[in-house]
Amino acid sequence: MESKINRYSKQLILINSFFILAWLIVSVFPFIWTFWGSFKVKADFFSRADWMFAVTGVNTLIETGDTSTVKAYVESWTEGEFWKATMNTIIITVSVVTISLFLGTLGAYALSRSTYKYTFWILIAALIFRAMPHITLVSGYLFPFFQLNVWGILPTTIIVLVAINQPFTLWLLYSFFKTVPKELDESALIDGCSYFQAFRFVIMPVMWPGVVTAGLFSMMLAYNDFTVTSLLLNQQNYTMVPKINAYLGTIEHSGNYMWAVSSVVSATAPLFMIIMFFQRQLISGLTAGAVKG
Amino acid sequence: MPHRTFFWFFFPSGLAMLLFIGLPIISSFFQSLHIEPEQILMEVEKCDPFGCKTETKVDIEATTKLQEEQPLGRFNGLGTYGDRNHLAFDEIKEAWTNSSSIAEFTDILLNLPFYKALLFTLTFCFAVTPPVVVLGFIVALSVNTITKSLKGPTIFGVILPMIVTPLIGSLVLFWMIDAKGILGSFIQFLFDDPNLSLKSSSQLTWITLIIYGIWHNTPFAFVVFYAALQTVPQDPIEAAIIDGASRYERVRHIVIPHLYPVATFIILICLMDNFRVLEPIIGFAAEGVAQSLSWMIYNDLRSENKMLFGSAGATSMLTIIGVAILLTPVLIRTWREFRTER
Repeated sequence: MESKINRYSKQLILINSFFILAWLIVSVFPFIWTFWGSFKVKADFFSRADWMFAVTGVNTLIETGDTSTVKAYVESWTEGEFWKATMNTIIITVSVVTISLFLGTLGAYALSRSTYKYTFWILIAALIFRAMPHITLVSGYLFPFFQLNVWGILPTTIIVLVAINQPFTLWLLYSFFKTVPKELDESALIDGCSYFQAFRFVIMPVMWPGVVTAGLFSMMLAYNDFTVTSLLLNQQNYTMVPKINAYLGTIEHSGNYMWAVSSVVSATAPLFMIIMFFQRQLISGLTAGAVKG
Repeated sequence: MPHRTFFWFFFPSGLAMLLFIGLPIISSFFQSLHIEPEQILMEVEKCDPFGCKTETKVDIEATTKLQEEQPLGRFNGLGTYGDRNHLAFDEIKEAWTNSSSIAEFTDILLNLPFYKALLFTLTFCFAVTPPVVVLGFIVALSVNTITKSLKGPTIFGVILPMIVTPLIGSLVLFWMIDAKGILGSFIQFLFDDPNLSLKSSSQLTWITLIIYGIWHNTPFAFVVFYAALQTVPQDPIEAAIIDGASRYERVRHIVIPHLYPVATFIILICLMDNFRVLEPIIGFAAEGVAQSLSWMIYNDLRSENKMLFGSAGATSMLTIIGVAILLTPVLIRTWREFRTER
């Protein structure tokens, strides 16, 4: 695509490569460091004597007999009940993605095909809802949830996360459905389909690229959430992120700081894998609203 | 699409939003008008061989009964908004009359919890956003020039800080910046001060949080700028090359003007997202010196023995007003876009 006269000079390429490399180190190194350190003991990862201990694992060798150990992983997964948090995260993430895509596709399809003025106001309302800080919503939930006795359980959190997720999903799928030609479902309507049949047999087969993108964002929201899960779930039902925070805070676990470090790695690794596969969809979703303007 | 069909298609999604976003805001407002019931005190006369004393004691039975009758507490009107932990009208009035200089007054003002949190929240928002836009733009330009085969992995590496949840992201940085971590000891070595710690002073903690904010938000700006760079028209650029414009001039006069609208979008989203900063404060264990509005609400809801619904509700309402102010330009922009579309 670049024309020949627009070649880069050698210096520019050199400076550029240095800059990119430096920036990559800034953004990636902390994760590599944490990954490496999670196989050490606390005395090495937080070493007063010499930071090199974290690389060589001197104290790890003394304490466990090897330069790296999976002790923190084993303990946090079994004793720390991280497996339970993982299960909860999986349940919440899968349910939130499924339900919010189901509601979102129906709603966004209707919004994109209706020509009445109220669609505009609904979309504006969704935008306002999207901007609400989650913690302000949580402060509104707690009291009614206590009164209704539904606080602390997974289903409540799932519904709340689905609702919080709806505005963004609606906007994303709305702009996606706008790119699907109207003629497609209109011809189906002329052939005698109902709106629902047109949606089911004409739109559904072609909507998957948009749905994957929307699903990816729903997944990230549910998987990464801290505000809602930490305040709406009770200790037994904690998902991964509040669980990690709990490892840090309580006195009970103060000796097991490394649990938090290893759990961070356990929680981040699957997320990175998924993003590696769906990078393209993630970027297209992030730019959906921005580039047109 | 007829109204009826539209209604049934949209109903589930709309209901979810109404019940769990619209209603909580109203419920939050309702809570903010109430205050936790006071404990009912009773006087008990206690007699021992040395005489009788009257003691005041909490009447547990009456208090529980009152709590059952009014679970939300008693009606307090807008009282909570004006109390010491929120807008603190009385304290400000007092400080205004008593302080001798503006500096003293500001000092008192910024030590009131709400204003302290507001100051941090705004500082965080406005300190993070400009570097994010500039860095995001530079990284996007830079990534745009590298070989196609390297682009995929590079982009993946660059967006990592954005993917992880803020709590994990801040923890990962915190462990390195900790006095016993790699960056912490490097900084101590650099300044030759073995006791230097980024947690030691409030300014340093604020700077650390802001650096974290830049680290976390730059990928978003990068992604949006990068996508926008692909839409820069090639013809004017080629014309500029023929006219002898240098690379810098081409970027300055063709690329940047093309990206202005995108930049405003990034700035607004960035301001709005950072206005709700909460997790970094928890991750960096910086509650002592840096409180944000969201953290105030979180703290009210977390208190061990009793949740302060009224106080949390009032702070929520004030936060929502702040968000609304930041949101206005976005709404105007969307409205214009919609009008041109039709």
